[in-house]
This record gives sequence, structure tokens and C-alpha cells, in this order.
Amino acid sequence: MSGARHGRHLVRVGGLFVAGILAFLVVRHYFVPTDFGVYGHYRAGALTDARARPIAFAGQNACGDCHTDIVEIRKPSRHRAVSCEVCHGPLATHASGDDPATPRRPDGRTACVTCHQKNVSKPARFPQIAVADHAGDAKCSECHQPHDPKIS
Amino acid sequence: MDQSRRTFLSDAGRWIVLTGAASIAWDAIAAGAPETAPNYRMTEHWWAMLLDIEQCIGCGTCVRACKTENNVPLDAEHFRTWVERYVVNIDDPDHPIVDSPNGGYDGFTDTPLGPHAKTFFVPKMCNHCSDSPCVQVCPVGATFVSPDGVVLVDKDRCLGCRYCIQACPYGTRFIDPRTNTVDKCTLCYHRITKGLLPACVETCPTGARRLADLKNPADPVHEFLRTHTVHVLKPQMATGAKAYYYGLDGSVR
Repeated sequence: MSGARHGRHLVRVGGLFVAGILAFLVVRHYFVPTDFGVYGHYRAGALTDARARPIAFAGQNACGDCHTDIVEIRKPSRHRAVSCEVCHGPLATHASGDDPATPRRPDGRTACVTCHQKNVSKPARFPQIAVADHAGDAKCSECHQPHDPKIS
Repeated sequence: MDQSRRTFLSDAGRWIVLTGAASIAWDAIAAGAPETAPNYRMTEHWWAMLLDIEQCIGCGTCVRACKTENNVPLDAEHFRTWVERYVVNIDDPDHPIVDSPNGGYDGFTDTPLGPHAKTFFVPKMCNHCSDSPCVQVCPVGATFVSPDGVVLVDKDRCLGCRYCIQACPYGTRFIDPRTNTVDKCTLCYHRITKGLLPACVETCPTGARRLADLKNPADPVHEFLRTHTVHVLKPQMATGAKAYYYGLDGSVR
């Protein structure tokens, strides 16, 4: 008789457990995205989200597809490995044709000085010069053609 | 059921060996998902970065390109990549003087240097660790190492709790003040999955930064790693960092 009373206790506790587990599963169902855990402990859609960003820099190949004349000028140049967008800025919209505006032309000094201004922290073998002593206020492009800067 | 014995055995085997979520993952991997770039298969890449100290001229082009490409706030506190200038007194190499005015965004002007000092630039970024401490501490699975080895942030799930910022030994994470979620270098995941280079690599004029695919046997990185002495930052942290530095001074932290 007392055994049956204790049995009811167990049923009550067991029922509580079952209800708790069900509640957990329901809450979990609503809070955890369906694609969570496909690849690991994260939402698989996050990979697609990370990929969806638009690009700003078109990349060197895109420039060369059209501007073949500049590619030829740059071929023997010491600047051949310098990507176009280093000096000309991000041009993905220009390369894709979405932006009809002509990209701005660098001023012939600022971009040069960015790399070649003498600085004691730069690796010694990198070509650098105290620009003010070398050229005063003159534009670098008056003597150096930026696509092939060596003066022969 | 018009199911051949072969397909039945193959399916049954798969369900027995790979249960539950693992089986779903198998379907996705076999399909080369996600679908946005059908030619890109995550399982065929394991991305890393090579940084060559002896080529870095501290011009800051990478910092500017990164901010433009990834819409990083244009203030002096938020950077996905930045350039540090080290001045090491050779009599006291354990205590280098390090500065990074505006993250190197504007380049560096001359610094006075004593006769017993050496100086150089160190580009810094997320090391895309394969055993990443930031991933381990995230309580909601908002940051993770992707199947191709890039540490990414899921902005939809990030709570902005900042645990990962504390966990990162390299200080590469920050809270984006506009969304109050964490932000960091994605190795330009939106570019490398399209076959483009990350913005910092694309615009580095000296080749100091190089993208490396450790799973691609044709990538020259293997030859470079075999023939050069490279270092990772804080190897004692056992993070499995994949930003390999060539020419790194022992004073760099």
C-alpha cells in the first residue's frame, strides 16, 4: 500500500522530467537555426553570408583584360608587380561597368611618396629617397613615368 | 521499392557510420555547398598567410585597402589589419618600443633612432588559427573555423559578449560600434572564394603579404616553407596560427 504511494511520487517526478525535456526540445527548436551544426558548432548559412559581401577591388587580372597598352609598358618596369589599384584605388565598379565615371588620376607625387619617402624603418634595399631634398615641390611624374619609373 | 541492392547497402552504410548531423554534413560536402560559388569547394582549400618582414615598407596601403574593402570604421581604434613599427634597442631587446599611429593607415614619418637600435615594420592581422582560442570561448557558436581554415564571425548570432576579444592572443578582434557585434579579418572570404586575392594582398606593392593555400600542392607556399625559416606569433599559445612570418625578430610580440 505504501509502495503504491511511493509509486505516485516517482510518476510525478518522472512526469516533471518528461515535461522539462519536452519544453527544452520545443525551446531549442525555436532558438537554434535549422542549419546549425551542418559543418560544426555554427550556422552553415554564415559561410554564405560571409561570401555575399560585394568586392571593392577588382584585382589585377580585371585591369589587364582591357588596359593591354599599360600592361605592355609595365612589363619591363620595376613596377610590374605593383597592382594597378595600389595607386589608382579600388575600381571594382569601374571594372564591372556599373560605374561609368572615369577613375581619378593620381597626382603624380602623393602615391609615389607613400612608398618611396626615405624612412629609417624601411628595409635598406628598398629604393627610397628624401623627397624634399631630391625634388623640392616638383611632381615625381615630371621626370619618372610611374608605369615604368626608371630614367634611361 | 525499386532500390538496387547497391544503393540500399551504400545508404544503410552511410546512416550507420555517419549518423545525424554528420550525415547531413556529408551531403553538403559531397555537393560542394554553399551553392553561391559552384566551382569553389571548401574541402579543397586550407587558407593561410605569409608575411615577409623584410619586404614591408610600412606604407599602410594594406590598412587603407582593408578598411575600404570591408567597410571598417574609419577611426583610429578599429582595424582588421594594421602595421606596427618596432624600435628595438639592441642592449635591451626584450623591451621594444612599438607604435602604430592610426594603425599605420597614413604610413609612417621618420623616427629618431639611437646608435644602438634597429627598426622595422610588422604587419598584423588575424592569424586564422586552426585551434583558435576565440572559437573555443564563444558561447553561442557565432565564431568558427570554416571548413577551408578561415576564422569567421556570424554577425546574426553574435551577442557582443566580448569573450573572444579577451581570448584572442593577437588582439585582432574589435566590437563594431555600428552593430555592437564583433568584427575581425575574414581573410577577405568573399574574395578568396571567388578566386581573387584578399584586398591587403592585392594592394601590397612589395609582395610582403602573400595568400597561401596549404591544401593546394601547386601553391609555391610549400616550396617557401620548405626553404625558409618562418615563425608564427606566440607559438607558446599553441593556437595553430597560420600567419607565417618570414624574417621575424625575436622581440616581436
